[in-house]
Amino acid sequence: MTTVQTPPPGAPSRRLGEVIIEALIVLAGASTVIIVALIFIFLLREGINTFLDIPLRQLFGQRWYPIEGYFGLLPLLVGTALVTVGAVLIAVPLGIIAAIYLGEIAPTWLREILKPLIEVLAGIPSIVLGFLGWVALAPIIQNLGAPTGLTAFTGSLLLAYMALPTIISISEDALYAVPKEYRDGSLAIGATQWQTIWRVVLPAARSGLVIAVMLGIGRVIGETMAVLLVTGNAANIPAFGPGMFFSPVRTMTATIAAEMGEVAQGSLHYNVLFGIGLILFLITFTVNWLAARLVGGNGARRSRGGLL
Amino acid sequence: MSRQQTQRLAVILITAVAVLVFVPVILVISYVILSGIGTINWEFLTAMPRNGMTEGGIMPAIVGTLVLTMGTAIVSMPVSILAAIYLAEYAKDNKLTRTIRMAIVNLAGIPSIVYGLFGLGAFVLAAGFGTSILAGALTLGIMTMPVVISTAEEAITAVPQQFRTVSQSLGATKWQTIRHQVLPHALPGILTGMILGLSRAAGETAPILFTVAAFYVPTLPNSIFDQTMALPYHLYVISTQVPGMPLSIQYGTALVLLLITLTLTLLATGVRTSVRRRRDW
Repeated sequence: MTTVQTPPPGAPSRRLGEVIIEALIVLAGASTVIIVALIFIFLLREGINTFLDIPLRQLFGQRWYPIEGYFGLLPLLVGTALVTVGAVLIAVPLGIIAAIYLGEIAPTWLREILKPLIEVLAGIPSIVLGFLGWVALAPIIQNLGAPTGLTAFTGSLLLAYMALPTIISISEDALYAVPKEYRDGSLAIGATQWQTIWRVVLPAARSGLVIAVMLGIGRVIGETMAVLLVTGNAANIPAFGPGMFFSPVRTMTATIAAEMGEVAQGSLHYNVLFGIGLILFLITFTVNWLAARLVGGNGARRSRGGLL
Repeated sequence: MSRQQTQRLAVILITAVAVLVFVPVILVISYVILSGIGTINWEFLTAMPRNGMTEGGIMPAIVGTLVLTMGTAIVSMPVSILAAIYLAEYAKDNKLTRTIRMAIVNLAGIPSIVYGLFGLGAFVLAAGFGTSILAGALTLGIMTMPVVISTAEEAITAVPQQFRTVSQSLGATKWQTIRHQVLPHALPGILTGMILGLSRAAGETAPILFTVAAFYVPTLPNSIFDQTMALPYHLYVISTQVPGMPLSIQYGTALVLLLITLTLTLLATGVRTSVRRRRDW
């Protein structure tokens, strides 16, 4: 838009104030880039020794036993992967179907009640859900026959509900963005509502749904407190098979949270914990970058759903 | 199976899944309220912990969380709102703008524990603030920036273009237009984003683990260089680190924390809804 740059008469000092405030505005915008760069630099500075001092073979070894100098990251990577895969398997179908319910089936009055409920879910602190998982959910899972209630699955279940607000709100946006004419056209040629949803609406919303899933994954990988409380924190690799979801595991995030308080600053163990942070940063960076690429230039706007 | 039967079955299944999604939320909230309400009384809210935290109240943790939340607001709000003004009013479609948008998306996705590491490396150690309210508020403040920026930008963009055109045609400068026309109309939306961001900050544990949170301090903080207790960390401590902790105190603490974050969340939703109803443009 065109700007009229005439200063109002009798207020010359405003002009200077304006220059200052507009400089601050640009600076504030740029600060976001500076902060991301700073975060990367600090993680790299404190964490780089992980990759310089430990031979790669040992770093991808199977033993995480820092006291004796074993820094094998594999158990932590597997732990994070198991919990994440489990959570995604639960959250993606639940989230997308809940979004279909809200967008296509629920009556308006019910939608008005349920949508704030999603924000309520997003507003529950992860430590509260973790606490409930620890005192209430874990005993239930143990009673179902698992050797312990503190398993990868317990973590997946909690994380799935934490990822639901992200997945539901972005999926709902994606479904909402499908033009009404598509639905009308499909219904007019005699398709049922379900056929319309399955054959017309969902394919049209596909890219938005993929973004919903990706941002959900990003949310799950980075979650800390709930998994720290409920996954059992055993840094070993469970035997491959369906039973692995019901073994105790330890994630990358939980390792940082549990061990940073006890390490000497500057020790190799300290560096490795930052190195794990660096890996997490790079993973979420990639996931979000890919998601933003899918959306095109509108990335920041879209991510709002992930933040609520 | 006929098409009509498939249709009916699909609706039933989709509804069943929706029940599976929404009912646990109600159950979880009611469970925490019912389990914790019995513990909450004046003493629990206003007394110091006693006897290895197994008796008495949780006042220092409540005060700590309120102080940290205020600190977060002071750190995060001015810069986030200015950044939102930049994106909504000044940014051209160029490389810098795309980089800034990318940076915000990434800030939003960074795990909270990584913010904790950054706060430890940057504020506690490199800047020399030590484990302190200042370091914690800076960490939480940076973490909340993406939420506030995105919501505020949306609120500013939603103000109709004609408001700006009229203001500038009357001789106002760009900044005067923003200051006197755009921001007042965008204020409720900006407020919603601020409150949502603060609700998230109040409930976070991972970013404060290494930057400010204290296991136990018997006094209230005196300066921004003090450590402080905080509700989320306190709940973590008493539920896992202290043997023999009565469940009632754990549930009571969880309920107080939940009430603080949910009040903020509902406040934000309420502001947004009432504004949408009253909006005259």
